[in-house]
Amino acid sequence: MVVTTHNNSLPVRGATAASRVDRPRRTRPGAAAHRNDAKIAWLLVLPAILGFGVFFAYPTIRGIYLSFTEFHVLSAPKWIGLANFIELIADGVFWKSLLVTIYFVVLSVVLGMLVSLLTAVILHRLAASTTVRGLMILPFLISGVVTALTWSLMLDPSLGILNVLITKIFGHPVLFLGSGGWAVPTLAAINVWKSMGYNAVLIFAGLQTIPATIYEAGRIDGASEVQMFRRLTIPLLRPILVMVVILTVISSFQIFDIVAVTTQGGPENASNVLQMYIYNKAFRQFDFGYAATMSLALFVLLIAITFTQLRMARAGESDTN
Amino acid sequence: MSVGRIIAWAYVAVILLITIFPFYWMLRTALSNNYSLSTDPWSFFPVDFTFGAFKRALGLASPAEAAAQGGSGASLGLTLALRNSIIYAALLTVCTVFFSAIAAYAFARLHWRGRNTVFSILLTALMVPQVLTLLPNFVLVKDLGLLNTFAGLVLPNAFFSAFNIFFLRQFMLGLSTEIEEAAIIDGAGPLRVCFRIVLPMCSAPIATLALLTFINTWNDYFWPLLVSSDTSTSPLTLALAVFKQSSPQEALDWSGLMAATIIAALPMLLVFMVFGRRIVNSIGFTGLK
Repeated sequence: MVVTTHNNSLPVRGATAASRVDRPRRTRPGAAAHRNDAKIAWLLVLPAILGFGVFFAYPTIRGIYLSFTEFHVLSAPKWIGLANFIELIADGVFWKSLLVTIYFVVLSVVLGMLVSLLTAVILHRLAASTTVRGLMILPFLISGVVTALTWSLMLDPSLGILNVLITKIFGHPVLFLGSGGWAVPTLAAINVWKSMGYNAVLIFAGLQTIPATIYEAGRIDGASEVQMFRRLTIPLLRPILVMVVILTVISSFQIFDIVAVTTQGGPENASNVLQMYIYNKAFRQFDFGYAATMSLALFVLLIAITFTQLRMARAGESDTN
Repeated sequence: MSVGRIIAWAYVAVILLITIFPFYWMLRTALSNNYSLSTDPWSFFPVDFTFGAFKRALGLASPAEAAAQGGSGASLGLTLALRNSIIYAALLTVCTVFFSAIAAYAFARLHWRGRNTVFSILLTALMVPQVLTLLPNFVLVKDLGLLNTFAGLVLPNAFFSAFNIFFLRQFMLGLSTEIEEAAIIDGAGPLRVCFRIVLPMCSAPIATLALLTFINTWNDYFWPLLVSSDTSTSPLTLALAVFKQSSPQEALDWSGLMAATIIAALPMLLVFMVFGRRIVNSIGFTGLK
């Protein structure tokens, strides 16, 4: 659904028109030719259905089931009803990690959207080359682990180039990843560094679909640059901006590798994002049932957020039309 | 007007600098001697230039050599992890692209009852984030006795990817039917049409998908962390993280680690150099990781 926004930019323009014209002619020979399609079709779809059933549908249902059980992997799961959910409500660490996650997501989205929108608009106006855009997506191509390692070197209190610089100016280093106050903003900044170029290229692609004539008309009507940006660019970009926000929210909510390699949730749970907490519950304390409950809670949260955002986006659209 | 352009270009330059600098810093640190690194952390160029860190990372340096350059003694020995990453990413890419392509063909070009129902059921997978299926899938792979095997790493995504099927089906729907019908009239069956006509016509989107899948798999960390604790199957991402965590902070072999990160990122950088334009253009119409 998220993807459908882009259908029309798929390279199928001429072809759809052609097939529409063809349709009346096609039906007769087509019907005969497609008579024994069904068997082959099921055969071709079978691997996908099996993969879907075994590694997606079954685990989803099992995950929901496990969230009502006490399960430590080595023995069979034991049904305990709502006990995990009651524990969840009373679990201070869970609520703290939810807050930490939301803080991280908000910082990532706000900072990320500002920078990538600005970058995309500027690149568009400057007619910058594919090379410039290409260089910007480099961080997106490398793994979160490599990103995390590189930034922990650059932010290292004694050796890191940024802290050497900061020490020269302020006389003391900043514990970017080692202090409660700095950990989450630093992680968000690293996350933005990694995804900014990708988002900018997405928004850039959206900008290119806006016809230049609209701006010409705006200019003739005497609109200023800022007015045109607010009244033309933003409303016309709305679908793609909504998509980028949703993608950023979903991926930031599930942040794990950068946190796991740098702070591992510390200091004192200051950066203990939900995914980290779920992992620790399951694989450090082997409390799989409870970890499944938290996964379910996170899932429900994500679905709710996605739907709210889509609803809001649609409401906004009817406003402007 | 021109002042605006100067400011705009300055902004782009700053953004590019922030983007590129960490990559340069990786290289600069990897080519440094780890002992000398702390004496001159400010140096823009490699401190006491050496390829030693790369030798350590690949396990080519003797323990004495490694210690002399400030390595932590234990060799990183990434060759095995490098092999594992290649197997994991290549295997998964081939499987997922192949199975998605044939499924997409059935959904786009064949006429059968239930086509739309099955397709929309499969698409529900796009809505559910990985987090819900991760733990049960781990339990499943464990119950199947596939922990620390490539099968365990690859299986959950090998046969089915909602996004890949959706993406290819979308492209196939737009293909003209004429060549296909000519082939059918000439007596070609659906399988022949699929493999000889439709899939070759889709080579561009298939290549794009393969590229994106390869990148994602190469960079994957969470799933390997769960199912392959053993070095015989664990990929580079895992080996790097383990090395960072098992080293005490003060004695960390930063040169070795940065050499290792470069080795881990190198295939992506090569992919970028060869297919950069294709990736940039594909982002525009994929819009999904």
